[in-house]
Amino acid sequence: MTFALFDDRGTPLERQRFTWRELAGKPISKLDDDAFTRVRVILMHGIESEAVRFQHAAARMNGELRLPLAQVRRVEHHQQTLVNWLLGADHSPLETTIGYEQVAIEITAALAQQEPDPYLAQTYRYGLLEDFDHMYRYAALLDRIEGKDANNILQSYTDVAPGRPTVVEHRSPENDLRRPFDRRTAAPITKLNAMTLVAAEHQTHDYYMHVGPLFADPVARQLYAEIASIEEQHVTQYESLLDPTQTLLEQWLLHEANETYNYYSCVQAETNPRIKALWERMLDYELGHLHLVSELFKQYERRDPVEIVGERLPEPFPFESQREFVRETLANEVDLRASGPDYVSLEEEPQSSIDYRNQLNSEGSPSEIVSEGYVWRPGTELTRKIVNL
Amino acid sequence: MRDSIDSTRLGTNRTGMQMAPQQAKEMLDNTELDVEGADIDTNGQGIAEMRADYIREADPLGSVPPPGTMKGAVKSGIKMMKGRRPQAFIDKLGERLAYERGGTRLYDAAIVKFTTFASELPDVDVAELVQIREQEAEHALMLIECIEQLGADPTAQTPCADLVGVQTMGFLQAVADPRTDLAQTLNVLLSAELVDEAGWEILIALAESMGQSSMAARFREAEQQEQEHVFKVRGWYEAVTIEAGKLV
Repeated sequence: MTFALFDDRGTPLERQRFTWRELAGKPISKLDDDAFTRVRVILMHGIESEAVRFQHAAARMNGELRLPLAQVRRVEHHQQTLVNWLLGADHSPLETTIGYEQVAIEITAALAQQEPDPYLAQTYRYGLLEDFDHMYRYAALLDRIEGKDANNILQSYTDVAPGRPTVVEHRSPENDLRRPFDRRTAAPITKLNAMTLVAAEHQTHDYYMHVGPLFADPVARQLYAEIASIEEQHVTQYESLLDPTQTLLEQWLLHEANETYNYYSCVQAETNPRIKALWERMLDYELGHLHLVSELFKQYERRDPVEIVGERLPEPFPFESQREFVRETLANEVDLRASGPDYVSLEEEPQSSIDYRNQLNSEGSPSEIVSEGYVWRPGTELTRKIVNL
Repeated sequence: MRDSIDSTRLGTNRTGMQMAPQQAKEMLDNTELDVEGADIDTNGQGIAEMRADYIREADPLGSVPPPGTMKGAVKSGIKMMKGRRPQAFIDKLGERLAYERGGTRLYDAAIVKFTTFASELPDVDVAELVQIREQEAEHALMLIECIEQLGADPTAQTPCADLVGVQTMGFLQAVADPRTDLAQTLNVLLSAELVDEAGWEILIALAESMGQSSMAARFREAEQQEQEHVFKVRGWYEAVTIEAGKLV
């Protein structure tokens, strides 16, 4: 049996408190913690930043809900802080980037496999192959400007190889819009998966926009500019999967359910006891939010929240290497292209996307330049030999 | 195209207070108001206490992984280190490996700057810079062999190797910035080479204390080359800096 959403009311909002010392706590170890602990930290920072983002947007569109939104959002903000401050300062911005792409690959691949709607699953596989290529380009950058091996971050869970080449990922906006799920018929897991990927991609976009200008090297500055543009496309793509006819409170309720689901999945998988206790605490906080929003939902919409989020959470999603699934998807679908909301063969790609990217790439392609001739090797390409394993 | 003395031209640098006499006066008025009668703690006692608190509770950056293959270890080294802590040696080998790899990439970025400004620097032969770059890369390969001889994993990032990334980030940033000129680039390279040379000296001493005299001999060859790097880079840096101070 999976987790019952309404049996436990979690921590009441008024008891959800922090100190600065807690918010700036001990970071995880870049060297000794499992890469999936870092994956969870990055993912949950994305989930929390989406909570804050959504609740601000909601407050702009609804006067009555501004107070409860402000109250819940303050806690979400502090949760976001506590989670993000778990990353140690010995990660260079580029090493953290490798972590972000590992999240994009492993989580998208896991969700693609559990997604019951074939069209959404296809969309996740489509995005997956693009993030997979970003990993390859950033790994080349890390090797060639910092002299570091991306696998020190990846811990051999995730392949480093070309995917759908970043240079051809640039599409005209109409070819990034997808058909949304139907709020009346979609399974709760379908709604949650889409929200998780919106959150993950949105924070990745924000992260690249923040760190891109921190680099002195023009090659890095261009590559971040290029890949941030794809992340903007990915946010557009995943966001367009959300049914726009969902009410504001319905969306808020689903956001809280999704935070609960993500923390629950983290609790199940976490190997570091200190971090597991933290995920458990955050899960209890989210349950508190879910119950608060459920009451608002009943009060304003006169509907049962169970209709929207179900009685129980879906099975937790796995945090583990999806190598075989990624390789299979790469072999079968790398040549797919987007035409409006549909996936078509290479030859059928709309001219509008080709024209759009030809212009952007007309003064050179950073993703091609940085990785020219690059093949990932254990211990960086400077080793020029296969290390004995 | 700009030339290298552009970095020291006179211009409208706005950062100093003399550039804004009126506003500077107002700034001082306000400051004087704030500090009057106040007991100012310029020692940062509160900062020191917070730092000390975190230092006491901090976990280390990470650990040194145990040797994965004993084949190499049996063949040469680790048994000779009886009564010693081989992991301390492996950590420092990892540090030098990270430093030499990063150094190779630092020279990749520096060489472009030199080839771009080649006509301005007749005393510097770019081929010599390329040779330094190649020697840094060779040192990395040699260190991989040494780490393997001990049965350890040359692909692992040891704690001191991790710290090299933090420590040298400024070097990479300063050299890769297209706005920095030759003298500024050489200043950074000199800093990097001085630390590198000292690092090899300490590694030699550590290797000797671990009973690894044949490794220590190989490290001495590398150290010799690093001394030449320091000598050359310092010479170029001085020449370029003095040149920039001359009237044209």
